[in-house]
Amino acid sequence: MTHTALEFSDLEKHLLNDYQQNLAPSITPYADMAARYQVSEKTILNSLQHLQQIGVISRIGAVFKANTIGVSTLAAMAVEPSKLKFIADIVSTYQAVNHNYEREHAYNLWFVLTATDQTELEQIISDIEQKTGYSILNLPMIKDYYINLGFKLKWH
Amino acid sequence: MALISQHKEEAIIDWLSHGLPLVSRPYQAIAAQLELTEQQILAVIQNLQQQQKIKRFGVIVHHRKLGYKANGMVVWDIADNQVERLGQCMGRFDYVTLCYQRPRRLPTWQYNLFTMIHGQSRQAVIENTQKMIKACQLEAVNYEILFSKQCFKQRGAQYQRRTNQNTQNTPEFLNVKVAMP
Repeated sequence: MTHTALEFSDLEKHLLNDYQQNLAPSITPYADMAARYQVSEKTILNSLQHLQQIGVISRIGAVFKANTIGVSTLAAMAVEPSKLKFIADIVSTYQAVNHNYEREHAYNLWFVLTATDQTELEQIISDIEQKTGYSILNLPMIKDYYINLGFKLKWH
Repeated sequence: MALISQHKEEAIIDWLSHGLPLVSRPYQAIAAQLELTEQQILAVIQNLQQQQKIKRFGVIVHHRKLGYKANGMVVWDIADNQVERLGQCMGRFDYVTLCYQRPRRLPTWQYNLFTMIHGQSRQAVIENTQKMIKACQLEAVNYEILFSKQCFKQRGAQYQRRTNQNTQNTPEFLNVKVAMP
């Protein structure tokens, strides 16, 4: 179930839009939000809990940049459709694989690999190729052009 | 301030990935567990931010639940001397959440710029792609939209911890929420 703007209070809209980037370095961040919006800290906590419960907020936490904690890369394979599920399941067994999706293209299997260092990453790639019999297209990020304006939520 | 151990820093990274508890003093429990002060936890976070390891720290929203049901990985074949300029142009739209340059792998893979384009529906993703083509003058550029189909696996990144401090020598894992690489 998706949620439209009609279901969110003004406070909830603020909480969803205003804090996507940086939580202020304070030991009482929710009290700070309360002061900003002139409500009680309890109201802030209840609102965030509600938004989390309905699945709109994942968590209050961090997302780390790719290749700053260990190394990671995007990989792809071109697999005959009849063998895709079988090969995809083999790829999924690797602990280093955390996302594994089918996509609409001749290169139809796309997955994300993470490892503690480059040597380990290359070893895993080699291992997957040997085990599956398919070669991997290794597509590491060279440069990030994303201008982080926050995921602006449009209220219609 | 004394530097904290790598093992404790890893524990904080794992904890930040999992999420702060929704209590008045969210850093209190992790501080007690690691025998640090709340201020020391905050200092580690600020240090990670200064080292540019943190992409985002705050309210992490679920885009799909907010109506952006569809997304397409749009890949572009951009002339090498235009990547910088066009990458900058493409990376600023609301419905784009990823804009990465990746290597070409000729002869089989010619695309070098990847953008994740979101929309309310598959058709909206196509329309948003067209909007971007007009805005950044990409009419002459070869591109393809790779919509996702079946999801075979989806979870956070998991690294084997190097600083294994348990006595049984069984592997310990560090769970990290990493942005798409």
